[in-house]
This record gives sequence, structure tokens and C-alpha cells, in this order.
Amino acid sequence: MLGEGILQGLAETAKNFAGSFVSKERLTTVQYPEERIAPIENTRDFPILIYDGNDPLAGLRCVACQICEKECPPKCIYIVKSTDKKPDFVGKMQIYPTRFDIDISVCMSCQICVEVCPFEAIKMDTEFELSTTDRFGGLMHNREQLSKSNEHYHKIHPTEAAEVDARLAEEKHKAEVKAKAAAEAAAAKAAAAATAAPTPAAIPAPKPIPESAPAKEPGA
Amino acid sequence: MSLANQLDQIFVFLQHWIEGFFPQWLQPGVGALIAVIGIVATFPAIFAVTTVLERKGLGRIQNRLGPNRVGPLGILQPVADGIKSLTKEDIVPRSADGVVHFLAPVVLVVAIFLGYAVLPVGRNMVLMNMDAGLLFFFAIGASTELSIFMAGWSSRNKYSLLGALRAVAQMISYEVPLLLSSVVAVMMTGSLSTVKIVEAQGGFTGIFPHWYVFTPWGFAGFILFVIAALAETNRSPFDLPEGESELVAGYFTEYSGFKFALFFLGEYLGMLSIAGFAITLFLGGWGAPFSFLGFMPSWAWFFLKLFAAIFFFIWLRGTLPRLRQDQLMNFAWKFMLPMTLLNLLVAGAWRFLGDGWSRWVICSLVLLFAYVLLGRVLMRHQHLGPRSYRYAE
Repeated sequence: MLGEGILQGLAETAKNFAGSFVSKERLTTVQYPEERIAPIENTRDFPILIYDGNDPLAGLRCVACQICEKECPPKCIYIVKSTDKKPDFVGKMQIYPTRFDIDISVCMSCQICVEVCPFEAIKMDTEFELSTTDRFGGLMHNREQLSKSNEHYHKIHPTEAAEVDARLAEEKHKAEVKAKAAAEAAAAKAAAAATAAPTPAAIPAPKPIPESAPAKEPGA
Repeated sequence: MSLANQLDQIFVFLQHWIEGFFPQWLQPGVGALIAVIGIVATFPAIFAVTTVLERKGLGRIQNRLGPNRVGPLGILQPVADGIKSLTKEDIVPRSADGVVHFLAPVVLVVAIFLGYAVLPVGRNMVLMNMDAGLLFFFAIGASTELSIFMAGWSSRNKYSLLGALRAVAQMISYEVPLLLSSVVAVMMTGSLSTVKIVEAQGGFTGIFPHWYVFTPWGFAGFILFVIAALAETNRSPFDLPEGESELVAGYFTEYSGFKFALFFLGEYLGMLSIAGFAITLFLGGWGAPFSFLGFMPSWAWFFLKLFAAIFFFIWLRGTLPRLRQDQLMNFAWKFMLPMTLLNLLVAGAWRFLGDGWSRWVICSLVLLFAYVLLGRVLMRHQHLGPRSYRYAE
């Protein structure tokens, strides 16, 4: 009959109206500043730089390779390379960023910088309360503001951070094994060279160099 | 005079007391002024309460909390809204017709306030007891269409114009059933005076009142009146003129700041006044719903009924989706108009069938039969259910 659906609809909305006063399950509102719900593990908003150890600048994983800067679709990353080098996590000497700026007013949280980073140096943060009264300087995050410890990374993305740590440890282990092998090879060479020393050595001197050079490469 | 009676007439006494301070020749003018101030203060206050009740009520219907930040439980929200609309920039489009653009909200609010002049809100509490009060109300109510069209035309915006044209088409279409559905009350009372209509519904049978809504023709008339009133005030589900998904905001798209607030005020005041007239015509005006509740002041009953009507309007808004333009027009001309015309006939038959129980049966059956038949005919080619798409999928 005409109007039947309207009555059914009225009954339904009345049920919702009354139910919202009675049952807590219906009323799903979280009253934000006072109440918070924990973010889900895959939450992401803006990139941060991860460092190992205690010193944010000394332990920075970033080697200023500028891949993220080139890949960033909205071009919100600005990097200046250093002229000197410092040792990275495997102990290899690397360039580091003297300047690393991310304009989070431009960043679109696409995570492409994280995908392309070969050094696990840039990751996504979950911090979202970034509003500021200064809309230019306040939204331009520099190297010091972006540096977050590996412990922080473990706190916000535990699973992902564990994977990254395992991968890095494996790489370090491999590098150590390689370095050891290289060192042993070098020692053997040196011993061989020492035994062969009495022979007249005219020009075989450059020979050891191409052999020891590949040992350096896998560390990268 | 008993305490209940004194409480009933407290506002009338207050008016006479203030009048007493003025010389004789000034007294009628001062009395009218006091009544005007009373209306202009009371109904916008109810409007303010309505906005927050509506937002909270709709929130609860959608399992939300609604506004709860300004003041305890959010009841001071209208104050914040008012301050916001006052401090906002008043933008007038460069190519708009400035004068008309400014006048439109003013004309709307003035026309709607004029309608309150003949609305009896309590015993002896009516600004003007006009012999043709109902006619006056409908004549004034029709002029709101003018202001809506002024707003839509002067804004020089396609959305405004479309909204205004929709509003005018809708209001003119629904004015016919609105008028015809209220005519039954006039036929039974024998007067167009709103005060007389309320007084005619004042008696009691046992404990039950003689409200017109408790008769077959009154019940049908009341429902038809409420539907037409919803359409007349552009309330959901008849809110096509301001359908925000299609027309931004309809005829007040180009209004901002306090002019927008005036449109908002006008719309809600229109809803309150038309709800007040529905109460006056069919729900016994300021009369008590049971004979033993007569000790409560008459104005309290009126405002209680008004809030009940507001609650119902909010409930409907939270329930029904918006109609389509063709559905709207079909409903007006194919359902509302025949039903109101038939209702006139039934009311006439009721008058001449005498006092027995037979008139109850005959009138109810005629109306019910017509309703079912009309519903069947109108729904004949309607295929309700999941929508099928010819080209998609």
C-alpha cells in the first residue's frame, strides 16, 4: 500500500535514534582530543629519516644518494651532499646529507621515497598532529626534525622494522664474511708474494689490485 | 481568579500592565508593539533551539553524537553559529543585482513574520483577531515565493536560478493542496478566523477533545496539510530547491554571512508558522489534549504541540530521501489534488449525514477506498526493487 515504506523507514530511524542512547556499540564516535584510538600498524603520513645508535646525525643511515629526491613525484625533498665521508653501518666510508629538507605541505604521502631507498634510511611516520601557525617554515622539516631513532621505528611499525633489521643484519654479516675472505685472500697473496720475493720482480706489481678491488663492491 | 487561570493569562496581564504606563491614545499601539516584540523574540529563540535539536536529533538517527562542544551538551551551539554568521564576510557577486540581492532575505523574513500576526499561541494571545485570518496567512505565505525568486534571479548564478525556479514551481504546485486541505476546517467552523477555529475545537466528549484530526475528514486533511506544508517550506523530502548534491545550495548559493543566516531563519520560521497553523487547524490549537489536563496554561500546550511537530519534521528529515522533480509534480497533481478535493466532498457529506455512527463509517470508507485506489493506480507502473542498468555492467 502507498506509504507503507515510509512507515517502515520511520520505524527504522526511530530504532536508531533510541538505540544510540542505549547501546554503546551503535555510537562509534571517538571524541578525538580527549579520546584516541591506536593507529593501525600500516598507518603512514610523512617520511622520516632513521638513525642507529644514540646520535641522530652520526648514526643517520642516509648516504645522500638522492634517489628519493629524484623519484619524489611532487618534488618535496631537497638534499645537499657532504664533501667528506663518514662510516656507515657496515663500516664503509660514505657521503652523508648536510641538508635534508622535506616540505610536508607538498608531500603527498605516497611512500615512493621509502620504496626506492636502498639503505632503509627513509621510512613513513605515524605522527599526524603537525599543524602549525607558521605555514612556510613550520611545515618545512629539516634534517634534525626528520631524524628518528630505530627504536621509534620499531615502536610505530614493529613488523616492518623487524624485517628491515633482519635484512640489514644479513647484509652486514655478508659484508663481514666477504671482508674476511678478502682479508684472507690478501694475506695469502701477501704470503705468496713474500715467498716469491726473491725472484726478480719486474712488472707483476699491479696484479693484486684488480683481485682485491671486487671485494669492496658487495658492501654497498 | 484561580492560579491556573492567572498563569494562563500571565502574558496578557503583562501586556495590559505595560500598556497602563502610557496615555489612553497610545495604548493600542503600545499593546501591538509589545505583542510584536513577543513574537519577534519567541520564535527566533525557538528557531535557535530547533537548529541544535535538529542537528543532535539527526546525529542520533545516524548513530552520531551531534554537536556537543559549545556549552553543556552543545546547547550553546546556536550562539556560536550566530557569532560566526555575523563575523563572516558578506560577499555579493560582482554581476549580481545589488539592491534585489539585499532585499530578498529581508522580504522573506518580513513576509514570514507577518504570518505570525494571525497565529493564536494561547487563549486571548493573538496579535490580530482577523475575520479572514487564514486567508491573510495564505496570502502572506504566497509572497515568500517572490523573495525566493528575487534571491535566485538577482544572484546571477545558474544554480541560484535553477533552485529558485524549482522552488517556485514546487511552492505554487503545493499551495493548491495546502489551501484545499485547510478548507475543510473552515467549512466545519464556518469562519476563516483562526481564533474561532480553535474555539470550535474546544469541547470534550468524555476526556477526549473535539479536535478536527479525530474525524475522518480531519485526519485526511491533517495528513494532506502536513505533506503540503513540508513541500511549501522546502523541507526534506521536498528539499529539491536547495538540493545540495545538485545545486550547491539552490537559491541562496550566492549568499554568505548574515544574509545567509536570514534565509536560514526565514526557512525555519516558515516551518514553525506552518506547523503552528497545522496545530491551529487540526490539533485544537492551544487546547489541552485531555479534559483533565486543562489546568496547564494554554500557551504551554501550544508550544508543546509545536515542539512535537518540530520533532516529527526532524524525524521525517532523517528518514526520507529527496524526491525527483517528476515524482514531486506527479505527487502534487495526481495524488494530493484529487485527495483534497475528495476530502472537501467528504467533509460536506459529514455535515449532512446527521449525528449517527453511519457518517463515521461512510466517510472513513470513502477516504480509505480512494487512498488505496489512488495508490494502486499511481504505483501501477512502478517497479520497485534493485535497479537494473541497461548499458552498464
